[in-house]
Amino acid sequence: MATTIIDDGVSTSAATVTGRRAGPRDEHRAGWLLSIPFLVLYLIFLVGPAVYGIVMSFFNATTVRPGLGKSVGFDNYRSILTSSDFWSSMGHTVWFTVLTTPPLVILALVLALLAERVHRGKALVRFIFFAPFVLPVTSVTLIFLWLYAPEIGLIPHWFETVGLTPPNLLGETKWAFLSVAALTVWWTIGFNFVLFLAGLQEVPRDVYEAAAIDGASPLRTLTGIVLPLLRPTVVLVTMLQILASMQIFNQMYLMTAGGPGTSTRPVMEFIYDTGFSDYRAGYAAAATMVYFAIVLVVSVVWFLLRRQSNKEVGA
Amino acid sequence: MSTETNALDYNGRSRVFKIFSGLVLTVFAVIWVVPLLFAVDTSLKPEGEIAAHPTSWWSDHFSFDAYHKVIDGTPILTWYINSFIIATLTVVLTVAVSSMIGFALAQTRFAGRGGVFAFVLAGLLIPGQILALPLYQIVQSMHLLNTYWAMVLPAAAAPIAVFIFESFFSGLPRELIEAARIDGASWFGIYWRVCLPLCRPAISAVSIFTFVASWNNFLWPLLVLSNVKQMTIPVGMSAVSSGFGILYAQLMATAVLGALPLFVVFLLFQRHIVQGVARTGIK
Repeated sequence: MATTIIDDGVSTSAATVTGRRAGPRDEHRAGWLLSIPFLVLYLIFLVGPAVYGIVMSFFNATTVRPGLGKSVGFDNYRSILTSSDFWSSMGHTVWFTVLTTPPLVILALVLALLAERVHRGKALVRFIFFAPFVLPVTSVTLIFLWLYAPEIGLIPHWFETVGLTPPNLLGETKWAFLSVAALTVWWTIGFNFVLFLAGLQEVPRDVYEAAAIDGASPLRTLTGIVLPLLRPTVVLVTMLQILASMQIFNQMYLMTAGGPGTSTRPVMEFIYDTGFSDYRAGYAAAATMVYFAIVLVVSVVWFLLRRQSNKEVGA
Repeated sequence: MSTETNALDYNGRSRVFKIFSGLVLTVFAVIWVVPLLFAVDTSLKPEGEIAAHPTSWWSDHFSFDAYHKVIDGTPILTWYINSFIIATLTVVLTVAVSSMIGFALAQTRFAGRGGVFAFVLAGLLIPGQILALPLYQIVQSMHLLNTYWAMVLPAAAAPIAVFIFESFFSGLPRELIEAARIDGASWFGIYWRVCLPLCRPAISAVSIFTFVASWNNFLWPLLVLSNVKQMTIPVGMSAVSSGFGILYAQLMATAVLGALPLFVVFLLFQRHIVQGVARTGIK
């Protein structure tokens, strides 16, 4: 998407010399006037913070008062890159991403493939899977705290019903990750499900008919035709999911507050804690920049993969 | 059953597969509704019964007691109003500024357009949540903490909305704009009277996304709205819920009340929302 549009801009701005009354100067002025309101907000509230964050990371800034404080050079980066707390929180974020991405991609794809086959109830199924996505995170976490509650919750009760000793779902590090991951799958799968359904709509009908005439089995049709055609959507959904999971904060903060101890604390919460509880803004900004660099690498990989998969399909 | 021919129904094996699909989907659909149903169920039970039989689905005394207590005992109605005002202002401002620049990028050929486009495109790579800390410092120095504007202004700087509008406006025929120009319309007039009315689907997609995102935002309002009276629904709920202790009916009533407005919005606009997700996600 990106490259084609920019190319288009360069070539057409030179090429359009169609007859207009007011002339290009008027068009030039109108274009800028219409762009400025957004650009002002964008500069102050998105580009500004990004640049300011970089600057801050080289200073001994604090959250309790505005201003930068003393310049410390690369000290913040040095201590972040050697901080075991930072890297373990980074590890928790990666582990959470590893736990949530496969089910959120594969399960969503399987459910979409199945939903594509049924006529009746498709709208209902779509509604049921997508509805949790519009709930506020606080509602979702309140509901799951109740479901997970030790001894009295529905999930421990089910463990007992099938004859297992229920684990401490949020109090044990290993289980806390799984519990928050399960909540996240429940909460957000509808988004990916809808993207896959839309991708499946794009598969031309006559492809199925051709496969049927050749006597291909449903499984063969799926692996030989549908999945290859769906590849760009799979790549897109996977990368969107990785980027979303890398930013995990809300659910973890509300369910476990990073605990027990700091054993489930994700990197966003590390930044929040050092920046807003310890008031070490410069240090937290350096952590933000390291984290941002990692996310940026993932984004660039996404962009390259996407361009490649678009090319292969010939789109 | 519908008699319309489905390309997927081409032989016996596929019919078996269809029944299998229906069964698996039903199982998952049931798993998906259990948390919501159990939350609603719990919220309607008396606290005493929950303490005695926490996992039971049935009660002899279903009532809206817990809802009355939550509404009377917390400022939840104020939070609704705050959330609503903030979300509405955000939608209006986002749609206004992003549709204007979207139109400019798609239909006017101003010098520097390619640069502006690339500049806004780069913003897509910055995940908003990551910037919370420097953004907080900036908003603080502008003395906007604890105001609606601290929520509204940063949210309106959304590159994704620009791209939704840009791609929509690009789809409008160039002749339409040329014709309006020859009739003597100004560029703003073309944007406002000709193009904007034609892009309702883009407006509704951006509006719904912005509204849902604003309503459900958590980290940012947690940072910038510290006064209980000014909180939004998600932050306010998390602030009071710890005070309920083991009053599970009230906790679940709070959860349901917090979820209700967007759930209703979703029921009303399901098609738009789902299409919006599909369209913007795929492009």
